[in-house]
Formats: sequence, structure tokens, C-alpha cells
Amino acid sequence: MQTLFFFLGAVALVSGGLVVFQAHPLRSALWLIVNFFAVAGIYLLAHAEFIAAIQVIVYAGAIMVLFLFVIMLLNLRQPEESPKIPHIGQKLVGGVLAGFTGLLMIYAYRQATLPAGREMIPGLGNTEMIARSLFTDYLLPFEVTSVLLLVAIVGAVVLAKSRLK
Amino acid sequence: MVIPVTYYLALSIALFALGVIGVLIRRNAIVIFMCIEMMLNAVNLAFIGLADYFKAVDGQMFVFFVLTVAAAEVAVGLALIVAIYRNRGSINVDDLNILKW
Repeated sequence: MQTLFFFLGAVALVSGGLVVFQAHPLRSALWLIVNFFAVAGIYLLAHAEFIAAIQVIVYAGAIMVLFLFVIMLLNLRQPEESPKIPHIGQKLVGGVLAGFTGLLMIYAYRQATLPAGREMIPGLGNTEMIARSLFTDYLLPFEVTSVLLLVAIVGAVVLAKSRLK
Repeated sequence: MVIPVTYYLALSIALFALGVIGVLIRRNAIVIFMCIEMMLNAVNLAFIGLADYFKAVDGQMFVFFVLTVAAAEVAVGLALIVAIYRNRGSINVDDLNILKW
């Protein structure tokens, strides 16, 4: 199980690095799909079967199709051309800031003391537990989410309809 | 064989930092957007790992809502990128300096 975790984690990290450092946006998108699949595998290891399925369907399916569609629509076949100013300093500062963010999170984790874990409630599958929670404790957020999706649909249609005046 | 929660959090931190690097050094708006998705994914991973640790379903519920918000964000964000491309003929963030003082 741990071997599988290390394998999937390595796949996720390598494909994530390739997303960042590929010059070609289309290849970045394809590596991001590999990354999402690896993370979905880790969700399976963490006993979150429903979320893993949703991750594959929504992220690796719907969202990445949208990304690929837009990349091809905008005809970004050429790799990102090197800018007139090479931005070496900015890249350096970006890397340092990202490393600092990571160190800050590690520091926060080491400061925190996690309370002991609890025992699993037996007899309920993952999807059943989520469904029960969704329609009892989290009913209001669930309904608000549907309104959010409606807003997003209307916004996307309005933005994509015609030229911005 | 239980995977310690530290492993999940370490992988989550590493993926998040990678996403931060991508957002800070890339110049293509779509790639920056993909890196933001990767950061959202890293946070989801931390939620799932902690949900597994506490044996509670609430962490998975939050991942569910983050996924929904991410889907809405991608729909609107990509529509914005397409609109910007139509208007200015480029999605390189160096060219989008009209708000610069």
C-alpha cells in the first residue's frame, strides 16, 4: 500500500513538474491529466472512492476537455516564445517565493498538534456516507452550490457570446 | 498497512509549491490557470488525507464543494481568456498591462 502511494506520488510530482516546465501548453494540459489520474489513485488509497470517481469524471474528463478545447480554439500550437526580456530575476524570485511558501506550510504543520484519529463507523460505504451527509448536514451548501453553477453558466455564456464592447 | 497522514500532507505541500512556481514563472494565461487547478488539487489531497486520518466524511464533503467551485471557475475563467484573446490577440500575461500604472 505504501509502495503504491510512493509510486503514485512520484507520478503526480513528475507530471506536475512537467506541467510547469513544458513550453507547449497542449503538452502541459496532457501532463495535467496524468497528474489528476495519479491523485485520483491516491484518493482510492485513502478510502475516498466516490471522490476518486468524481475526480476522474469532472477534473480529468470535463475540465481538461474544456482546457484542451480552448487551447486548440485559440490555436496555441507554437510553443511559448521567449520574451524580449528574459525574466531571469523574476523566475528566480518566483522559485524562491514558492520554496518559501512550502517551508511556511511545513513549519505550520510542525507547529500544529493533530488530535488522535477516530475509529471508522462500520457498515456504511463511502458513497452512502457522503450522500447521507450531503442531504442532512450540508444541505444548505449543496443548494448554494447549485446556484453558483447557474451563475457560472450564465457568466460563461455572456462572456463567450460576442466581442467585449 | 496504513499510510501516515504526514505522507499525504507532504505530497500536498510539494504539489502546492509546484503550482505556486508555475503561477509565478509562466507567462501563458492558460498554463497559469492549469497551475491554479493543480494547487486546488493539492489542497483537496490534504483534505482527503486528513479525512482518512480522522475517519470523518466532512473532509470529503469539502473536496466535493471545492470540485464544484473549480468547475465553475474554469468555465468562467476560460470564457474570460477567450474574450481577452479576441480583444487583444494574445494571452501572454506580459501583453496584458493595460491596468498597469
